[in-house]
Amino acid sequence: MNKPLRRIAIFCGLLVLALLIRDNWLQYVQADALQSNEKNRRVAIERYAAPRGDIIVDGKSITDSVTTTGTDFKYKRTYKDGEMWAPVTGFASQIVGTSQLEGIEDGILTGNDDRLFFRNTLDMITGKQKEGGNVVTTLDAAAQKAAFEGLGSKKGAVAAIDPSTGAILALASTPSYDPSVFAGLNDGDKFKELEKDADKPMLNRALRETYPPGSTFKVVTAAAALENGKVTDIDAKTDSPDPWPLPLSTNNLTNEHGACENASLRVALRDSCNTVFGKLSDDVGNKKMIEEAEKFGFNEEQFVPVRAVESVYPEDNRPQNAMAGIGQASNRATPLQMAMVAAAVANDGVLMQPYMVDQLTAPNLDVISKTEPKELSEPISKENAQKLQSMMETVVSEGTGTNAQIPGVKVGGKTGTAQHGLNNSEKPYAWFISYAKTSEGSPVAVAVVVEDGSANRADISGGGLAAPIAKAVMQAVLDSKE
Amino acid sequence: MSATNPSTHHTSTIGAIGAPSRRNTELALLVFAVAIPVFAYANVGLAINGQVPTGLMGYGIGLGLLAAVGHLVVRKLAPYADPLLLPLATLLNGLGLVFIWRLDQSERLQQLAERQYGVFSPSAPNQLMYSAAGIALFVAVLFVLKDHRILQRYTYISMVAALVLLLLPLVPGLGANVFGAKIWISVGGFSIQPGEFAKIILAVFFSGYLMVKRDALALASRRFMGLYLPRGRDLGPIITIWAVSLLILIFENDLGTSLLFFGMFVIMLYVATERTSWIVIGLLMSAAGAVGVASFASHVQARVDAWLDPFACYDTSNACQQIGQSIMSFGSGGVLGTGLGQGNSDLIGFAANSDFIFATVGEELGLAGVMAFLLLYALIIERGVRTALAARDPFGKLFAVGLSGAFALQIFVVAGGVMGLIPLTGMTMPFLAAGGSSVIANWALIGILIRISDTARRPAPTPASNPDAEMTQVVRP
Repeated sequence: MNKPLRRIAIFCGLLVLALLIRDNWLQYVQADALQSNEKNRRVAIERYAAPRGDIIVDGKSITDSVTTTGTDFKYKRTYKDGEMWAPVTGFASQIVGTSQLEGIEDGILTGNDDRLFFRNTLDMITGKQKEGGNVVTTLDAAAQKAAFEGLGSKKGAVAAIDPSTGAILALASTPSYDPSVFAGLNDGDKFKELEKDADKPMLNRALRETYPPGSTFKVVTAAAALENGKVTDIDAKTDSPDPWPLPLSTNNLTNEHGACENASLRVALRDSCNTVFGKLSDDVGNKKMIEEAEKFGFNEEQFVPVRAVESVYPEDNRPQNAMAGIGQASNRATPLQMAMVAAAVANDGVLMQPYMVDQLTAPNLDVISKTEPKELSEPISKENAQKLQSMMETVVSEGTGTNAQIPGVKVGGKTGTAQHGLNNSEKPYAWFISYAKTSEGSPVAVAVVVEDGSANRADISGGGLAAPIAKAVMQAVLDSKE
Repeated sequence: MSATNPSTHHTSTIGAIGAPSRRNTELALLVFAVAIPVFAYANVGLAINGQVPTGLMGYGIGLGLLAAVGHLVVRKLAPYADPLLLPLATLLNGLGLVFIWRLDQSERLQQLAERQYGVFSPSAPNQLMYSAAGIALFVAVLFVLKDHRILQRYTYISMVAALVLLLLPLVPGLGANVFGAKIWISVGGFSIQPGEFAKIILAVFFSGYLMVKRDALALASRRFMGLYLPRGRDLGPIITIWAVSLLILIFENDLGTSLLFFGMFVIMLYVATERTSWIVIGLLMSAAGAVGVASFASHVQARVDAWLDPFACYDTSNACQQIGQSIMSFGSGGVLGTGLGQGNSDLIGFAANSDFIFATVGEELGLAGVMAFLLLYALIIERGVRTALAARDPFGKLFAVGLSGAFALQIFVVAGGVMGLIPLTGMTMPFLAAGGSSVIANWALIGILIRISDTARRPAPTPASNPDAEMTQVVRP
């Protein structure tokens, strides 16, 4: 009986060999794929096993982590002044995942980024708990507070940029939400509630919502007219009838107020003449208007590094192009985009790439990477930029933007009251874009939009509602520079 | 001892005095078999609670005592037994206790138990008790079974006993349906899996029957299509037993054990008759059975689907989720594992410390640990088959190879199931998994192998000296 016994021994050996081979397949060949399988909860457990790194503004963290109980995710995110900072941070929730800055810099914040690999390995060997790195933002706490409080209970958004670098100083959106409330694993209902809210508190209006820019867009139209040689002397009369019959249309373009007939570019901007800018846009032509708008950043998503949706200057027929030239028709812009317009003018025609992450640091504060300011484009020449500055400063000193005046500081701005809804049926958007300028250059450019500022639509105006907010933000930046 | 003068210590001289008993080897190995789990236990405590567990002394002494009792009994009652079997079983049992205790510490499993049953009760203390009972049965086997050939007398009684054991879970009021499988009976608050014991008793019947009938089965056969087919009257009883046990198991929803019994039956039949045709017939029958069962039993179908691609049906099927979790557990362990107490194999939730305990080994000890465990099991199988080879009587040969073959199949079916090599069937990893019947029955199995190996390795009694063979005779006054 020994021969079959030996064969059985071999058979048993083969069974064990099959197991050994299968085990090598699972634990060596397939190990990485299984470890990172989307169904593998260990990925999430590991992710929340250590306190998340912080997002830092002005040297202070605006985020924190607390230990949780009752789930296998050890740490959860908390936010300080969550509502105010939500458009900056986005959220990091155990149940919903991450968004915006929290999502983009997730690798650094969790400590899983390859750039932290060496440190993590060292920590593993020395038995130290893994830590996340920090994200140091460019934001200015005082400016953000001024923006958020200025918007108050109104619906709207503010974006403020340092024109010389592109660093984002304020990014507010109201109504807002506190991302802390759904940070935990069992907070899914609270998230759903916020999602269903008709006021869309989770919408980052500063980056992700486009509005018709209204009269604030006239700055771009003026730039296009100057760049394309349609106007050279901003104080010379233009050939602009009032009312101006829209080309290929039976409609007339009219003005709300002011002496617009044949007004000079300066006067036209000061009094926000629709006829002058509508005609200029028509003179420049759709193709050149698109070109100029695109130099300011239109028709392209911006990554700051959080994605900002693209602002649109449309390809369109003549009457629509004329309307787009005064910021109506299909023309749409984000608050960030309009802040970029003001910033490019303030920075003598050089548009800097907007960004909100200054540095990524390791847990011990070693700098892993630092964002260097980068030029995005030169939409206007220095000469024309200074002409635009002069005109925008006139708007604030004696035009529609007087509410933005700051004693002792040159402020240039442009108001806007954009119609929206079919046949202007809904409440208009109140806009204001501006910059402040000192002897050392311009430290801040800002765009403010207020969606439904007043119960009485007649009271809605860019100068009345949006300009004071812009002023407060500029003031805050100027104060913190001192 | 010295190499310069080998003739004085010629092996044949020693052989004449008596074969080495290897009991001291066994003792030395046992020291390791107790020390390794004790270190592992301390390791789990340090990893989970940051301190050496308070029960370490008690655990070490307990395991040490069990090992000592086993060793002393073997030394006394089976002095020539294989020296590896007891240490291997002790090591596996000890590490099993550590893993069960480790899973007892899992908050996730505690919460799961509280949600499902309202109360969580740790499994490790019970398992320690069962281990003690297992050693007791091991000792009892060695005391009662002075010679394994005695069991030949009980061939047909064994058949009846095995059938009764297998039928017990179907008795109303006695059987308990746990997770769809009706393989448990509950007696006085304890759950018993009679199938675990039936395995050994069935091996007794097969050995006894095949030993008597092997010539008839092997020689009195008709040749048909190149295969030797035995006569119906020789084959009948065996086929009947096989079919009955298979049917019972299908009704009890326990395919793993059914596969195990059938495999054991084919192995023993092949060894007894030395006819390869039995392997062919066996494979055909099992293939037919597998296809038949898979097309009728829905829970078997679910398991096959889970085996084919666990992640395709992960969110819709429990079977897929279990096997998916198990495979991810292995994968997450990688080559070296997370370290004891630091894995998340408790995510499996269901039967984490019984059917799926090997996944915890995979995650926390990694590829290295799993291979070590597989080789420990392989060593037990190897010692079992070696015992069969060394056994001098056909009954002992058949019995030993039946038990070791069944053990090998069980390892393959369980480990292969949790690793996704074959469809999962609910069975427990011998010695490792929580469960009284399994650990007790496997200690009995080790006891029987030790008894057979003792008989096999025992030096033949020195023949009475034949005065005529001597060259010179001393004539005493």
